[in-house]
Amino acid sequence: MIERKDVEHVARLARLALSAAEIEKMREQLNGILAYIEKLNALATDDVEPTSHAVPMVNVMRDDAPGPCLPRDEALANAPDRAGEFFRVPRIIED
Amino acid sequence: MTDPTRLTAHELTDAFRSGAATPSAVTEAYLGRIAKLDGKVRAYLTVTDGRARAAAAASDARYRAGKPLGPLDGVPISYKDVLSTRGVKTTCGSRILESWVPPFDATVVTRLAAAGVVPLGKSNMDEFAMGSSTEHSAFQLTANPWDLARVPGGSSGGPAAAVAGDLAAISLGTDTGGSIRQPGAFCGIVGMKPTYGRVSRYGLVAFASSLDQIGPFAKDVRDAALVLRAIAGVDPADATSVDVPVPDYAASLGEGMRGLRVGVLEYDTAGMDPDVQRAVTAAIDVLKGLGATTQAVTLPTADHGLAAYYIIAPAEASSNLARYDGVKYGLRALGKDLIDMESRTRAAGFGAEVKRRIMLGTYALSSGYYDAYYGKAQKVRTLIRRDFDAAFEHVDVIVGPTTPGVAFKHGEKEDPLAMYLNDVFTVPANLSGNPGISVPCGFSTSGLPIGLHLVGRAFDEATILRVAYAYEQATTWRTRRPELA
Repeated sequence: MIERKDVEHVARLARLALSAAEIEKMREQLNGILAYIEKLNALATDDVEPTSHAVPMVNVMRDDAPGPCLPRDEALANAPDRAGEFFRVPRIIED
Repeated sequence: MTDPTRLTAHELTDAFRSGAATPSAVTEAYLGRIAKLDGKVRAYLTVTDGRARAAAAASDARYRAGKPLGPLDGVPISYKDVLSTRGVKTTCGSRILESWVPPFDATVVTRLAAAGVVPLGKSNMDEFAMGSSTEHSAFQLTANPWDLARVPGGSSGGPAAAVAGDLAAISLGTDTGGSIRQPGAFCGIVGMKPTYGRVSRYGLVAFASSLDQIGPFAKDVRDAALVLRAIAGVDPADATSVDVPVPDYAASLGEGMRGLRVGVLEYDTAGMDPDVQRAVTAAIDVLKGLGATTQAVTLPTADHGLAAYYIIAPAEASSNLARYDGVKYGLRALGKDLIDMESRTRAAGFGAEVKRRIMLGTYALSSGYYDAYYGKAQKVRTLIRRDFDAAFEHVDVIVGPTTPGVAFKHGEKEDPLAMYLNDVFTVPANLSGNPGISVPCGFSTSGLPIGLHLVGRAFDEATILRVAYAYEQATTWRTRRPELA
């Protein structure tokens, strides 16, 4: 069972500021979903290779050839905040 | 001529070639119908009337010169709002991307533009394609054209309702666990998920990258075949697209059922709508009558597909959606430092279902739980692939219901798990990568559409299209249409 403190921990990892009411509701709903998912344990999988991808592929290589890239103003056009040619964010490093 | 918004894409291009209609006139008919009726259906988030008129005028000129670009030139289309369109807002149904304007087109959009289509606009969806009813859109509820009190299915509810309601001739959706096939069934139209890797995902805003696939909605199977051919094929911009030749799907539609072995899926009927069971059984009899041999098929692990899916898809989503941090694009909420800004941005920008899946995925991938959840689910994914491989040693196509029931009412499925169960028949093909299609196979006693689900071998879309076409041509379901006006 997931406890309240587990939900708070996962919310921190996921960078989600949840309200107290959201945390409680999330705890209930995640427990319900995880209880359903428990049915996987009925399957024996000890000697089974995992599948991460539907199509068996190895590394797809291409020539390391320079090509055009997005013009700076287009790359910055959707920025929530910018300063000249930079994305602006709150201070990260203290003085 | 008849109302052109009732016609299929291939009927429209026949009319364009004969001069009985022009792309501009048909585009105006669609824009007029959207203006008049989309207030009821609410399929569209953005209508690109200027772009549509410009594309239609260019198409008119090509037909006048006797040089159309191909079998989709001048056909009006709607794009699910998860497909990037250069210069046109692409919201993914989310507040966090409410004002995002992509600086590039998705490969499918580029390819269809080169085929001459007329882009009518961007259609509604569950936020980030997470849902089965389109009720998780941050912006509006979309109605099912067959009954406006009911959902169109999801997550591609907007593009499905647009085609079913004659608000677009064709549309593109995306399918991660059933998000094309389920709304196709609910709306009484054809909806197809190609093989994973068949269609480039470049410019598709990612939900679960190992499962997501783009595919068509259409008024008949021939249109779906034409759209698939136009969008399929390897793309250097998507390293997971596969270099397999793309056949002329429309050319082989008429080959019929003779010699094909149809696997009849044995499924758990608990919780099934009896009308759906009845319709699917009758559809299988039609296929037999057309000359198919049938045999029972079991997918022993498929019952566990949904549980595996609800680990794998949220895990991939929690990683993919980490990019929405309020720094380079999208919504930003203010915070006292960077982490606070990110956490408040994501709290304000994501809806409840997206938060739930991010939490579930983050939990499943977190230290101490990875093997028990994600590792286990990946192994079950292998078992499901083996089930399909074993079945396809004996049959050419597997047939069953697309969904356990018909379209439900808005607000009817409040419990997340009850909503998830909608995808029980469609999810296994996403986990295995196989192609699937839903084709209309009748109506419930309450008059709501029912879908027949066909799954084929990897990269053998041609066979499921051929079976779907043979079935469609032997029945008259497609002549029954919803009345919106």
